Amino acid sequence: MSVLLDLVTIVMVSAGMVFFLAGTVGLLRFPDTLTRLHALTKADNIGLGLVVIGLVPQAGSLRDGLKLLCVWLLVLLASATVSQLVAQAARREGDSS
Amino acid sequence: MSEVLVFGLCAAVVAGLGLYGAIVDPRPLRKILGFNLLGSGVFLFFGVVARRGAAAGFPGDPVPQALVITGIVVAFSATALAVTLLLRFFETTGSSSLRDGAAADGARDTAES
Amino acid sequence: MTIVPALDLFVAGVVLVVAVWTVAVRNTSSAVVGFVAYGLLLALVWVRLGAPDVALTEAAIGSGLTGALLIGAAARLRAGESTVAAERPGVPVRLLIAALATVVAAAIAGVLLSLPDPAPTLAPEATANAGATGLGNPITNVLMAFRAMDTMLEKVVLLLAVLGIWSLSPDAAWGGRPHLPHRAEPDAALEFLARVLTPVGVVLGIAVLWVSADHPGGAFQGATILAAMWLLVLMAGLGEVPDIGRRRLRLALVVGPAVFLTIGLGGLVVSGAFLSYPQGFAKPLILAIEFAMILTVATTLGLLVAGPPVAGPPAAGSAAAGSPARRAAP
Repeated sequence: MSVLLDLVTIVMVSAGMVFFLAGTVGLLRFPDTLTRLHALTKADNIGLGLVVIGLVPQAGSLRDGLKLLCVWLLVLLASATVSQLVAQAARREGDSS
Repeated sequence: MSEVLVFGLCAAVVAGLGLYGAIVDPRPLRKILGFNLLGSGVFLFFGVVARRGAAAGFPGDPVPQALVITGIVVAFSATALAVTLLLRFFETTGSSSLRDGAAADGARDTAES
Repeated sequence: MTIVPALDLFVAGVVLVVAVWTVAVRNTSSAVVGFVAYGLLLALVWVRLGAPDVALTEAAIGSGLTGALLIGAAARLRAGESTVAAERPGVPVRLLIAALATVVAAAIAGVLLSLPDPAPTLAPEATANAGATGLGNPITNVLMAFRAMDTMLEKVVLLLAVLGIWSLSPDAAWGGRPHLPHRAEPDAALEFLARVLTPVGVVLGIAVLWVSADHPGGAFQGATILAAMWLLVLMAGLGEVPDIGRRRLRLALVVGPAVFLTIGLGGLVVSGAFLSYPQGFAKPLILAIEFAMILTVATTLGLLVAGPPVAGPPAAGSAAAGSPARRAAP
């Protein structure tokens, strides 16, 4: 059972890392603010989500697992808002750099 | 305890970098940033010393760690005061230059425009 | 287990690269962003050094609040920046300063390498006396009991910083209300975040204080979260900073040091030493101090970011009618 849980953790965290890697590459390589933002949301939302799902089986108690999920939800909320604000600022300034 | 050596040297380099930035850069805000870097290098050194004092089941000596917490808060309040002074200076003189006479130039520029 | 030292090296390397970038990058706003990233990475280092309490403080205050303060200032100072940047000293002077900085760094590294072994430590004493307070977190013990004087004076330093900032207001604005320099125009997304996150953040801030008796956390870290929630509400345009002359605001500012001082003087009467807690009452007294402190520190931190008052106080006649209900404190 614990081997199975470890396997879930390894697969999920690795998958999350792939999304983080893709998001970072996009952040560095994409040409303008809006596309970079698009790349970033992949790392924030799916990447972190997969890492959290992978870590939940390792949590010592139900409370710790719920805390991990709360972290993900809070990051989702914050990153969605910040993306909105950055995109609005970029559009206002007509920034394409 | 390799982290003591690694992060101790890291602290030394960060303190040196902060000192360099605080002296070389003429922009006051960058001086404040450099000063903060210098401070955080010193805090990190405290943390390394605390880590060396790990004993009695604690991962580190709690006394320097508590001092660092106090230090970070005080550093923030000093930074806030410095930034406010700087902004007021900029509002009054129209320039953030600290060079002798530059403030007078800035004030003249603002008055003319 | 060779992967842990390798990770340490990697984290230290990234911290140094970001620090170099913060000093070297041309644009000040970029430098501030670099400093925030540096602070967050430094929080990781603190965890590796076995100091989660410090990691929380570094992430919240050293990185978050300082970043919010500096990014606003950088935006306001952008106008005349390039002319000031041109005053950079010439290459010989820069080399001289670089040499000086290198000597300082080398001296610190030399001190590190010549530290006494075994290291002197107060950890055993902290453990031996932990039973006297009934608190399980050694950092909270040091901050609130063994070195309570430092913590009390630190409150006073925070208060002095607020007074210093207020004293920089123009004469006409004295008694008026600070205006957050980077408050966004009314914005649906930010307002939504402020409405949803603030209740969560307030609970979290108090929880961080509550658990600090036995786990990492504390009054400063909790107060920073509360201050951040207050600033979020202000930036979203859902509230105003109160006039600095308001009695409730001033009460919030002094209640922490006042309670601390009262209990400290009480210790002088009851147990014969300033700031000593009577046997068996240490934990409730410490909690009382911390709850008074969290209100004061949260208000203080918020006001430090908000800056000096810019608009004058409302005229005497319109004060009663024209002032909507405002939050005096988070």
